[in-house]
Amino acid sequence: MTTAVVTGLGVLAPNGMGVEECWAATLAGKTGIRPISGFDASRYSVTVAGELAGFHAVDRVPRGLIVQTDKWTQHGLVCAENALADAAVDPAALGEYEMAVVTASSSGGNEFGQREIQRLWEKGPEFVGAYQSIAWFYAATTGQVSIRHGMRGPCGVVATEQAGGLDAIGQARRLLRAGTPVIVTGGTDASLCPYGLVAQTATGRMSTRADPDRAYLPFDADACGHVVGEGGAIAVVEDHAAAVDRGAPHHYGEIAGYAATFDPPPGSPRPPGLRRAALAALEDAGVTPGEVDVVFADAAGTPALDRDEAAAIAAVFGPEGVPVTAPKTMTGRLLAGGAALDVAFALLAIRDSVVPPTVGVRRPGADYHLDLVLDEPREARVRIALVLARGHGGFNSAMVVRQCGTD
Amino acid sequence: MFTLDSLRRIMDATGVADDGVDLGGDIGATEFTDLGFDSLAMLEIQARVKQELGISFPEDSATLLLRPDDLVAYVNSNLVEVV
Repeated sequence: MTTAVVTGLGVLAPNGMGVEECWAATLAGKTGIRPISGFDASRYSVTVAGELAGFHAVDRVPRGLIVQTDKWTQHGLVCAENALADAAVDPAALGEYEMAVVTASSSGGNEFGQREIQRLWEKGPEFVGAYQSIAWFYAATTGQVSIRHGMRGPCGVVATEQAGGLDAIGQARRLLRAGTPVIVTGGTDASLCPYGLVAQTATGRMSTRADPDRAYLPFDADACGHVVGEGGAIAVVEDHAAAVDRGAPHHYGEIAGYAATFDPPPGSPRPPGLRRAALAALEDAGVTPGEVDVVFADAAGTPALDRDEAAAIAAVFGPEGVPVTAPKTMTGRLLAGGAALDVAFALLAIRDSVVPPTVGVRRPGADYHLDLVLDEPREARVRIALVLARGHGGFNSAMVVRQCGTD
Repeated sequence: MFTLDSLRRIMDATGVADDGVDLGGDIGATEFTDLGFDSLAMLEIQARVKQELGISFPEDSATLLLRPDDLVAYVNSNLVEVV
């Protein structure tokens, strides 16, 4: 039996470019949520977001790839490159069928698609660029990473909105068990353009507050919806023994358990599926609730969904039974990138024995019975973390990550 | 008259060429794929030629017009017919 471990990480987040910069900012409680600056959002109901304001593709992506890709794919290319470097994996030295790419995508290439659709209606079909055919597509990030690094193993993409980061890593673990030695996995997103933003406001779950510090307050009595952000995380996943054999510089942690469930249809008397996903992931890992040191919450930020999640956590761990945190209060929900970034945070929490904080929450809902880690990081031995994620449309996923060599 | 320089300008405008590729060099007899222009890049070039000159390309042109010289000759032969 293989043991899936993360040996490399690449991160781009609104509060920090790169793993260490983002992690330091997150421990310091520094938010990346600000008024939208990339386009004029003043006419829209939603005016704040977690933008990757410092990201300039020309500095980070080969010129010929920029015209072929949406910025979500450019973020993925940068994160993948950094994750491979962090893992000290040289793709050119490995067989091309020994490596695979699995990423999450929530809505494909929004900004690229908007630009081409504008050309279509302003000038006509012959003015739509040839690269629209591949750049908008959900699998574009997986494909471009695969082409760039010569990875021709069983590649794929999962489209389960904010649950996607966990589902991609879960699929990577399956591929590892089926015999692919190195998998590049995770997710990024970049939905911040007028088309991408307006499409999401239709869910009715986005915060319309203009104050960036008060817009996204999951588990707060004042919760009023969520904020979205750009970026995400990519991980390199390998078998633990193989990583030890090749002298991999980092063993961030083991992907010890994973499960996914689907919610019953609206109006059904059956309960939502998050609790079932959490329990199944713990069972998959062979871990009891009492062994879990921290839960990274999905933190939807709308009262009904917060209530459901708090109930699920309390049902599994008991009232105030486990530290719970939502560092995404500093980035916004990164959609396809969100859960992958939470897994990166969980692995760094294990490495540094510290739980990153949740910011902005002043009045946690008293009947939620959560031990929320608020405002300041909490020093604690973190051996096992549970990451929860829910995707719009009924997706629930849970992942257990564990310190290497402690199972 | 459509020249190799005309094509160079269009190729550059697609933004497809990586920094390591010198479109100003002696590229006429080099295959497009060796210059970093794949089949989608060829569609992009053909679309731009059509926008500028009104010349259409047959569907199999990507396998017939393999080099910049081939494409320049094709465009000029069709320009003559128009005249």
